[in-house]
Amino acid sequence: MRGITHARWFVGAAAVALAATGCGGGASGAADGGMLTSSWGDPQNPLEPANTNEVQGGKVLDMVFRGLKRYDPRTGEAQNMLARSIETTDSRHYTVKLNDGWSFSNGEKVTARSFTDAWNYGASLKNKQKNAYFFGYIEGYDQVHPEMGSQRATTLSGLEVVDDRTFTVTLNQKFSGFPDTLGYAAFAPLPRAFFTDHAAWLKTPVGNGPYAIESYTKGSQMSLRKWNGYPGADKALNDGVILKVYTDNNTAYTDLMAGNLDLADDIPAAQLKNVRTDLGERYINTPAGIIQTLAFPYYDERWNRPGMEKVRTGLSMAINRDQITKTIFQRTRTPATDWTSPVLGAEGGFKAGLCGRACTYDPAAAKRLVRQGGGIPGGSLRLTYNADTGSHREWIDAVCNSINHALDDDNACVGNPVGTFADFRNQMAQHKMSGPFRAGWQMDYPLIQNFLQPLYFTGASSNDGKWSNSEFDELVDRANAETDPAKAISTFQQAEEVVRDNMAAIPLWYQNGNAGYSQRLTGVQLNPFSVPVYNEIKVS
Amino acid sequence: MGRYVVRRLLQMVPVFVGATLLIFLMVNVMGDPIAGLCGERQCDAATAAQLRSEFGLDRPLWQQYATYMGNVFTGDFGTAFNGQPVTELMAAAFPVTIRLTIVAVLFELVVGITLGVLTGLSRGRPIDTGVLLLTLVVISVPTFVTGLVLQLLLGVEWGWIKPSVSPEAPFDELIVPGLVLASVSLAYVTRLTRTSIAENRRSDYVRTAVAKGLPRRRVIVRHLLRTSLIPVVTFIGTDIGALMGGAIVTERIFNIHGVGFQLYQGILRQNTQTVVGFVTVLVLVFLAANLLVDLLYAVLDPRIRYA
Repeated sequence: MRGITHARWFVGAAAVALAATGCGGGASGAADGGMLTSSWGDPQNPLEPANTNEVQGGKVLDMVFRGLKRYDPRTGEAQNMLARSIETTDSRHYTVKLNDGWSFSNGEKVTARSFTDAWNYGASLKNKQKNAYFFGYIEGYDQVHPEMGSQRATTLSGLEVVDDRTFTVTLNQKFSGFPDTLGYAAFAPLPRAFFTDHAAWLKTPVGNGPYAIESYTKGSQMSLRKWNGYPGADKALNDGVILKVYTDNNTAYTDLMAGNLDLADDIPAAQLKNVRTDLGERYINTPAGIIQTLAFPYYDERWNRPGMEKVRTGLSMAINRDQITKTIFQRTRTPATDWTSPVLGAEGGFKAGLCGRACTYDPAAAKRLVRQGGGIPGGSLRLTYNADTGSHREWIDAVCNSINHALDDDNACVGNPVGTFADFRNQMAQHKMSGPFRAGWQMDYPLIQNFLQPLYFTGASSNDGKWSNSEFDELVDRANAETDPAKAISTFQQAEEVVRDNMAAIPLWYQNGNAGYSQRLTGVQLNPFSVPVYNEIKVS
Repeated sequence: MGRYVVRRLLQMVPVFVGATLLIFLMVNVMGDPIAGLCGERQCDAATAAQLRSEFGLDRPLWQQYATYMGNVFTGDFGTAFNGQPVTELMAAAFPVTIRLTIVAVLFELVVGITLGVLTGLSRGRPIDTGVLLLTLVVISVPTFVTGLVLQLLLGVEWGWIKPSVSPEAPFDELIVPGLVLASVSLAYVTRLTRTSIAENRRSDYVRTAVAKGLPRRRVIVRHLLRTSLIPVVTFIGTDIGALMGGAIVTERIFNIHGVGFQLYQGILRQNTQTVVGFVTVLVLVFLAANLLVDLLYAVLDPRIRYA
């Protein structure tokens, strides 16, 4: 008998497995009606405005929140959103007036307090917000978020609520660009529910943007519905968006091909060759505020001695940017000719060709300069990068090839992969880099200041190579204090010239945003942060 | 029997402690995980210090390990960097991977053993050679190739399945991924069964059974297959653990949010709590599967007895 029962069990199990195939379906797949599905990555940090510092979390915040300002999806210009006016006479004391009629999707009105409470929360050390330094310009930050020891105050002394729709901000230094930074997600207002029931808020964040979060299954998907009560002018033109977490952008692309996904905003490098034939007009390749550079370890004496700028400039001239962007990146990168990004526009401080000959491929000059500068320290370069994401291996190898070729030395340059991004950051923080290393910068807000100060100012947060130059620092301080925007920008450009003359970092290329979409969608575009402008997408 | 089980369970303790300690050390060697949390910039020192103390990373390693193990026994596996308790991640990931493993094991059992019996009984005939060749091909082609090809053909070209699995991951969507996951083991099961059947066919008890005049079907299923299954069961038993842990490739291809996905992300983000937590559970699964296999021996072959 036992034999028979065994057999039955086998057959039964197989039948169950097979029968299940028949009844397909489920809630997955392309969304119904006016909803669209879009690829997403699992946010690394909890979804709070002041705690989100990567694109995937930022994508959601951009749909769910509106701040004082908003960056125009086309031009990147900071425009008033909730702010009726932000006024100052001395670039230090600002008065912010709010527009009337705004509320959160749970009905609560957006008041001056919604902002000041949110900012105080974001700045406070005990809340461990990773974007806390954004509030560093506001007076009292050193009390709320001291570099060492415990905090001495719970609120920023530079923030003061005047009435329901007015508050004042006092900065600890002159910063004329301050209002333009206020479109960044960290400055978003927060409803009371955020403070009273934090855990519940984190489960389904509530904001004041054109979309409201309907459901959120961490690590797999988020469903956002158009919020009908949204008072802003940029209402959603679709019924909602389902963000689906993909473990691999290749799978997202396959899903897009199979009609199982409407929008993929990260085309895998391996598919760039086919994407035009696969998608035709439905492939987008537009400039984004991202620049990739090679940074140097200035804490290493050998890289910091006088004359080394010649070696650095020589190395820059040994890199064939044009060929690499064409063959490896299929023109999804543009050879860099300055240290900012084309999305700033000429008025915003982008200056094509500022780098000049130093960024032009010239093997002969490269060889001469490197020799004049005393040669590569240690005889060979080790370009350090993290090998886990972003197809960094391919381009690092190509850069090395180009350098080896230009210098006529097969051992001049070799890639030095690090397993994970965390470990890469770790070695960087511990000053363990023995040679140049990969550096990338995605702008927080479209200001020339954001491309220079965090990266090259003495002791700045992303100055990983510890470059320090008093002339540059002075120019940046002067530019920040400048009340006339045009003058501020030209002063920043002077500072950028200091970066160039010292070749503080080698600019490689500007990165584009890439996306592909299904036939159901129209009006798809990427903003300067390479995030799809969801509210303008129409679904047919 | 009872004493045997107890002895085996006691043996698990050092294996368990050793395995978790090793994983703990391995993840820790990679350095400070907080460094990767702030994107392309350094976390400001004060915030980093706060985060480090939140995750207990500021204490000496042995203390971290002791605290961790202490918490594990109370069912607290710590918190992932995105603020979610690891137990919550497990509750979401394990059912998915278990379903995937069930599908894979079913394929191994049904297809693998059937093919093995068929070929074992007809050694040297065309069907035998054909299946042997087929298994050779399956074994030599890497899983990710099988997975991507099937995904492209069935998902994009012919549109029979969806190329990616939905977050709920019901059984029907897991059939193709399960087949891909099982493919290599499936080939081994076929070959193991075949050899075992071919060997035992000539043994005395089979000849006796045939001589008694038992029907052919009964001889094969009841007498021949039962003893022949011992090496196969051993293989499948150890394979369960390997399938669950090794699903990383398959889960990535088909976008299945299971254990492989969580482990992969945990490793990328150097999230000690996630990695150690998931590996701990996998070690337990492995140990339990091994014990179960050993106990099954006695059921399959009454000559095997445990003191």
